[in-house]
Amino acid sequence: MKAPNRNDRSTRYLNPYLGGVLLGLLLLMTYFITGRGLGASGAVKSTVVATVNEITPEYAHRSNYYSQFISDDESPLNTWLVFEVLGVLAGAFLSGALAGRLKLKVEHSPGITAGTRLVAATLGGFLFGLGSQFGRGCTSGAALSGSASLALSGFLAMMGIFGTGYAIAWIFRKLWV
Amino acid sequence: MGPLIPQGIIDPAWNNVFALLIGLAFGFILESSGFSSSRKLAGVFYGYDFVVLKVFMTAVMVCMIGLLYFDYMGWMKLSSIYILPTFLYSVIIGGVIMGFGFILGGYCPGTSFCGAVIGKIDAMFFTVGLYLGILFFSVLYPVFEKIYHAANLGPVQVHDLIGIPAAWFAFAFLVVGLIAFFVVSKIEARAKKIEY
Repeated sequence: MKAPNRNDRSTRYLNPYLGGVLLGLLLLMTYFITGRGLGASGAVKSTVVATVNEITPEYAHRSNYYSQFISDDESPLNTWLVFEVLGVLAGAFLSGALAGRLKLKVEHSPGITAGTRLVAATLGGFLFGLGSQFGRGCTSGAALSGSASLALSGFLAMMGIFGTGYAIAWIFRKLWV
Repeated sequence: MGPLIPQGIIDPAWNNVFALLIGLAFGFILESSGFSSSRKLAGVFYGYDFVVLKVFMTAVMVCMIGLLYFDYMGWMKLSSIYILPTFLYSVIIGGVIMGFGFILGGYCPGTSFCGAVIGKIDAMFFTVGLYLGILFFSVLYPVFEKIYHAANLGPVQVHDLIGIPAAWFAFAFLVVGLIAFFVVSKIEARAKKIEY
């Protein structure tokens, strides 16, 4: 493995406190313009609703779940969060391109294989997706936006996510350190 | 006066344009803070990189104090924004499941989009997992429906629950956050260096 070079441009990141201040101001501005916070998992939910509605429209209309999000005159993809996430993709790509970080790779700890990493990543995504539905939002929509707006639910989501993370970190340490 | 779109000060036709622009800034900030790397994100749980805690806590502090300031100045009432309702059992179950997802996957949804778009294949697999996890929930919704709606406390805010003014809570949060920044800087300095 190539020795990592600390002067390499691609490993240089924004000062975390500056990043936090910028993110906080962006979230504040989002509330001021739209009256709501930021989000991420909601866009994937819209994609799920749209595909299920496309494949089996009768089932989607019958279901208590999907029927909440479908209407006859609008695509389930026409939501604020879908547009916001399209912006996220563009913004992250731009930042990665400017920093020289665009590179196809499986990022994993030297202790595990790329295959193990991909299985764990898929499983982790599955659980995060499932959990975000119970939480009515993920780290962005529930923990970040919720806590910033002083919602009890936001603090509970934050403590649930990070508390569980710390509680089980040791068990899964082989994946990371 | 605010929020601008719900109050009709900005035409709702601009909603999706703002969504794109806000998303653009969101993605840029996350990626440039290093949130496109799962090993950097997971550092918060193993003590070698606390970027998640630093960015997240700072953002919550800034926005929370900003919202209270806007409320105080009369620019935007705190009661006029969306407050996530608390469904006690559902949010705790969700938080615990998401905690497992974070440790196994190394990403959360927003950060996985950032990783995927700059070429992290593991982040792409994570997003496929997200899709499947949400599909799983939506198909089994009839099974989960009862617990999902149980113990509905409504849009309750944490300072109301404790019974103190919001500003006191924000101040306490600020103090706890600053102590946390100091403590993690000590832990980080002692942790074994991990290169990624």
